Amino acid sequence: MRFKTLLLTALFALPACADDDYIKPISDQVTKDECSACHLAFPASMLPKASWEKIMANLDNHFGEDASLDAQTTNHITRYLSAEAGDSGLWSSKFLRGLNSQNPPIRITETKYWIREHRGISDAKWKSDRVGSKANCAACHRGAERGDYEDD
Amino acid sequence: MKSLGWMSITATLLASTVNAESIDSILSHYADSARTETRSFSGFDANRGKDLYFKEFTGGKNDTPSCTSCHTNNPTQPGKTRAGKSIDPMAVSVNAERYQSLKKTEKWFRRNCKSVLGRECTATEKGNFLTFMKNS
Repeated sequence: MRFKTLLLTALFALPACADDDYIKPISDQVTKDECSACHLAFPASMLPKASWEKIMANLDNHFGEDASLDAQTTNHITRYLSAEAGDSGLWSSKFLRGLNSQNPPIRITETKYWIREHRGISDAKWKSDRVGSKANCAACHRGAERGDYEDD
Repeated sequence: MKSLGWMSITATLLASTVNAESIDSILSHYADSARTETRSFSGFDANRGKDLYFKEFTGGKNDTPSCTSCHTNNPTQPGKTRAGKSIDPMAVSVNAERYQSLKKTEKWFRRNCKSVLGRECTATEKGNFLTFMKNS
């Protein structure tokens, strides 16, 4: 009886332990330096491997800019992002829920999870001086660089 | 043994002198290239660099018609990437940290000239641009 109570307590305690607002940041220095030159180094788990491969194969036209790198750096970053991608672990990342695995989006903002989490945010807020772009996570998630995505 | 030690110290010092890069060494690199590009090359022109900085191009990507799209109309002020991240000022007078590596300078000229002009910049354009930044 005592054991059962303990087990139940442990089970209920689990969700409280798992911090839903934490997303592991990029830990590879080369990847971090290169990506964060222009934007937050978006965590690898936010997209599947196939998306990262598509992005890294088209750096010369990277969301409207030339972000090309030498071959060695490109390969290094592609390997890291693939190894840490949302579908690389035992459990798929929450960002991958409901995605077409054959043709996944290359924009994090097109994942169902991202859309659901940001519903209700007005156009005016996205266009405000402080935010300006949906890629500007840190405007509202002040701790984004260390993986803390709690709202501001 | 002792002389070997001195030799290696001298070699290290020499190597670090050779590797130290500055806006002037980068400019002289571009001047060498500019001479092979144009026989009549007679030096860089800050005003032409300024024109390049402010000019609106149509050959590049739609979101970045000009350097000023991200770096603002004033190179002594911080700019902003399209993803909302702050960019340190380009002008040497307020940011002495810039232009300390030819490799890094080349990387950003390659990317940004392609984004803005739709092609790589010539050595003369790069030298004019850096001369403008040096004087700004």
